[in-house]
Amino acid sequence: MSTHADVPVTENYGTSPKTLSAYIIGLFLSLLLTVIAFLLVGKHMLSNSSLYIAVSILAVIQFCVQSLCFLRLNAGPEGRWNLYPFMFAVFVVFVVIGGSLWIMYNLNYNMMAH
Amino acid sequence: MSTHDHHHSSDAMDVFGFWIYIMSDCVLFAAIFAAYAVLHNKTYGGLGIGQLASLPYVFVETMALLASSFTYGMAILAMYKNNKTKVLFWLGVTFLFGLSFVSMEVKEFIHMYFEGHGWQTSAAMSAFYTLVGTHGFHVSMGLLWMLTLIVQLSMYGITPAMRRRLTYLGLFWAFLDIVWIFVFTIVYLMGVI
Repeated sequence: MSTHADVPVTENYGTSPKTLSAYIIGLFLSLLLTVIAFLLVGKHMLSNSSLYIAVSILAVIQFCVQSLCFLRLNAGPEGRWNLYPFMFAVFVVFVVIGGSLWIMYNLNYNMMAH
Repeated sequence: MSTHDHHHSSDAMDVFGFWIYIMSDCVLFAAIFAAYAVLHNKTYGGLGIGQLASLPYVFVETMALLASSFTYGMAILAMYKNNKTKVLFWLGVTFLFGLSFVSMEVKEFIHMYFEGHGWQTSAAMSAFYTLVGTHGFHVSMGLLWMLTLIVQLSMYGITPAMRRRLTYLGLFWAFLDIVWIFVFTIVYLMGVI
């Protein structure tokens, strides 16, 4: 019974422990990445195609930062229960968006040919 | 001891169930992101979102939502320390940030609508209002939910049930911030390029 009191206080439900340092790192990196993306586009620092690639990469990095620091996903024994559906959802997102763009591109291409 | 263990694992199962809901919401967003990606340049002779949106304005919106994610984290940490006053304070701050985000978005919508760029003008505008509006609707529901938790918390204090509810909303809120990264990047940043 001695462990009774301190168990629910640190309940994490399969996520890494939520700590102040994780939140501060998450906030700082997200701010930094957003400001960089905003300045790159706002001041038009690169060519158009490089800008598309740059903001995509920055978004993916920020996605990882927030998943790790705010959602606290991890690959530990309990964390996997959250991680696997998450990875599956990301896969479905890619199939839906990529598939739609692919099909519509082909459709437009074929319509123009005739 | 055994009843406690039971609650422990059934709570974890409940939170896992909520996580599965969030993942299905992800798929909903994927569908409307796909619609936006396909339709964003079908403006029917009208202006695209790149010409209509003000990037600095949306940047401030983004900052408000990001700050709210952080302050919600502070509320969770205060909950771990069983400090009810602090939890209420940080939830209040989060609510204000969230409210400024939604108000700015509504103001943008109203402005665009009355400038003659409503959702009926083109396929691109329909897709824009659907995507950004669905996200804004989620945030609004999150705010309503947060208000409910603030009232419940001041009535019941930090009970195991309240801990679980705060965890649900925390997952939901972090998820909405993650979706916004992509709305900001794909709709606004790429729109302006």
